[in-house]
Amino acid sequence: MAPEVPQAPLLTMSRITKTFPGVRALDGVDMDVNAGEVHCLLGQNGAGKSTLIKVLAGAHQPDEGDIRWQGEPVRLTTPMAAMRLGIATIYQELDLVEHVSVTENIFLGNEISARGFIRSRDARSRAAALLRRLGHPEIDPDITVGALPAAGQQIVSMARALSHDVRLIVMDEPSAALDPDEVANLFRIVAGLTEDGVAVVYISHRLEEIRRVGDRVSVLKDGRVAARGLPARTTETREFVALMTGREVQYAFPERPVTTEPLTDRVLRAAPRPPVLCAEGLAREGEFAPLDLELHPGQITGLAGLVGSGRSEILETLAGARRPTAGRVLVDGKPLRPGDVTAAVRAGIGLAPEERKSQALLMLESVTRNVSVSALPRFSTGGWLDRTRERAETRARTRGLALHPDDPDRPVRTLSGGNQQKVVLARWLLRECRVLLLDEPTRGVDVGARAELYTVIRRLADSGVAVLLVSSEVPEVLGLADRVLVLREGRVVHTAPARELDEHRVLDLVMEGSPSC
Amino acid sequence: MLSPTGAEAVKEPAKEPASPPRRGISAPRGGLRHLSLAGVLVALVIVGAFTKPEQFLTGDNLQLILTQSSVIGVVTVGVTFVIIGGGIDLSVGAIVALASVWATTVATQEFGLGGVLLCALSVGLGCGLVNGVLIAYGPMVPFIATLAMLASARGLALLISDGKTQVVTVQSVLDLGVSDSYVLGVPPLVLVFAAVAVLGWLVLGRTTFGRRTVAVGGNAEASRLAGIAVRRQRLLLYLLSGLCCGIAAFMLIVLTGSGQNTNGNLYELDAIAAAIIGGTLLSGGRGTITGSVLGVLVFTTITNLFALNNLQTDVQQIAKGAIIVAAVLVQKGRKTQ
Repeated sequence: MAPEVPQAPLLTMSRITKTFPGVRALDGVDMDVNAGEVHCLLGQNGAGKSTLIKVLAGAHQPDEGDIRWQGEPVRLTTPMAAMRLGIATIYQELDLVEHVSVTENIFLGNEISARGFIRSRDARSRAAALLRRLGHPEIDPDITVGALPAAGQQIVSMARALSHDVRLIVMDEPSAALDPDEVANLFRIVAGLTEDGVAVVYISHRLEEIRRVGDRVSVLKDGRVAARGLPARTTETREFVALMTGREVQYAFPERPVTTEPLTDRVLRAAPRPPVLCAEGLAREGEFAPLDLELHPGQITGLAGLVGSGRSEILETLAGARRPTAGRVLVDGKPLRPGDVTAAVRAGIGLAPEERKSQALLMLESVTRNVSVSALPRFSTGGWLDRTRERAETRARTRGLALHPDDPDRPVRTLSGGNQQKVVLARWLLRECRVLLLDEPTRGVDVGARAELYTVIRRLADSGVAVLLVSSEVPEVLGLADRVLVLREGRVVHTAPARELDEHRVLDLVMEGSPSC
Repeated sequence: MLSPTGAEAVKEPAKEPASPPRRGISAPRGGLRHLSLAGVLVALVIVGAFTKPEQFLTGDNLQLILTQSSVIGVVTVGVTFVIIGGGIDLSVGAIVALASVWATTVATQEFGLGGVLLCALSVGLGCGLVNGVLIAYGPMVPFIATLAMLASARGLALLISDGKTQVVTVQSVLDLGVSDSYVLGVPPLVLVFAAVAVLGWLVLGRTTFGRRTVAVGGNAEASRLAGIAVRRQRLLLYLLSGLCCGIAAFMLIVLTGSGQNTNGNLYELDAIAAAIIGGTLLSGGRGTITGSVLGVLVFTTITNLFALNNLQTDVQQIAKGAIIVAAVLVQKGRKTQ
């Protein structure tokens, strides 16, 4: 070891900076982790937690800064390099091979073999031992991983981490997919690990958990360290929340129409107008509980909730992309065919999904073609496209949204996140949709572009569109929406006009479920 | 209704006057590749002109190359659509065989030219329908569904023909193959190929069908969430491929004056190879008819050259393989730039 520095932390990261096109994900982050401690990372979505753990896992290379392991400078150039040091990462989206057995998954890439042949009996008994150590002797090492429930898969993932000589284990929201008693088991495992001198970096949104397992807490906010090494048990909730939210960059939200005189008239006139979209007892088993919802023209409804609270599932069900297990969706009082996106689009519903790249954009295609894809019949007679009109009309929409650069032929993959989002919005503008479902519209969008998007969304609502906005950034929901629904674990726990809520209250509702004013 | 945003554009005319289009990033799609393929074709012609001057550059030989390209060319157009749409069709060769056999049975030939043509097209469409329904609504993986069709269509062709060559006796069909029917010296088969290619080019680039094909192949989930009827689109694509096979089968009947269950052997591989070297992404979402046509011409010309120079088919096969590898490497290189 390093005798000259006997108290050197196991891991020290200093001045870590990582920039992606358009976003500075990490801006001079410092962190140290001691052997045998549980170091919690706290922060809102987009605060930089994921990027930081990817740097630690060797999956991302920092632009600046250095990493020391037991006092020695190291470079984690590949995930393999990190693993060799004894750093294991359990990602939120588990990286298991579904069709392969538990044993094979545990020793994937690290097979127990003799001269190239797998020693399956050895592997099997070692897998069983690891599963016992993790408190799950009931998991059959021969079963395929796909047959296990989420909690079981997570155990397999942990067993894989422990199959190496692990010194530090990173867990990214390990409790997100777990039931309460499974969470208790998780805590037992964490305690067992720390007793063996293993360090744990634990990421969670849930303060109560951090209280229970954590030793020290570091808070990340907008890519910087807002607080370093706070005691997990004695720091007050209020302080954590303030550190997570007290942002320096104040977003400029457009004014709500009710605050200006002429618009008030409009809203008053609009008030008796029937809702354009109604959900009646809409539910999907295992995803979200029966939901009643009305979306009115000109109104922005906000849905506040964490990842996994069922918010994306609600939007996708409203848009016909998922078939509800109960209830129905009505547009203008007419029920929509369940599970049919084409019918929903025809009825005037547009969805800007959470994963822009995989769910919304045709990455190989130009701006024009991405915008026009939902409105092709508009430019065609008998299937024959009028490309001049297509170009002119799509351009009018993208210009209206101040798309930059203003080049209709540019491949959409070369645009920044904010401008890609504008392309998606322009698509639904062109389709003249009346209900716009926005799932994390500002994710991966830098601060300047956000304000612009907010203005666009407000303007859309003012023009008579009913907007449903999902965001895990509470200030965004509060600043933009007229009415807010707070969602926790698939259930609406609170509904109120946005002006009657504040960030702390919403965060409390979202995280702990118990109102603590 | 949504004019507020549109109106903004009028108030705020482009701040940056005519930003220079960034070439290299937004270069005309496929342009460079087409040029290089055309270059390869020219090089092949030069090689032919030098090695076999008195045989290669004759009207008859060029006509032969074009005629040989026609049948596989029509099949390739259909396959190109399927691949751009994110699928694959391994059954084209077998469908051609089945259609050619079915359309030349004694019973069918009784109905004359119209009967033969209609039968070939219907069999093609029917097989395409089965493929499409299995893949779009099954839903089955295209590779498996069309592999099953490959096996069964060939089997059915053998069953119908009993392994015998069925000679065409309908004079009006045979007439289409002889030089009297040539239009300005061009065989009708070549004209059919040209027509199919031009139609395919128009449909891909200028119609909602073409645009949706590209969208579905590029990102099926995004297309679905954008409101495109993805399954219907897939069904239509396999119908189109089946129709092309029907046309090709009829062309083959005219060309050979017969129908055989061994027709269309390995057409699936030739068509996929031609589409790939023509720049069609096997993963879907990108490709051109022009590229595929050039790909077909390159392959046929090579075959012709090799035959003229008395090189065995084994050498031809090796050369084909090398070309495919080279084309894909070039494609990869350009993508990572």
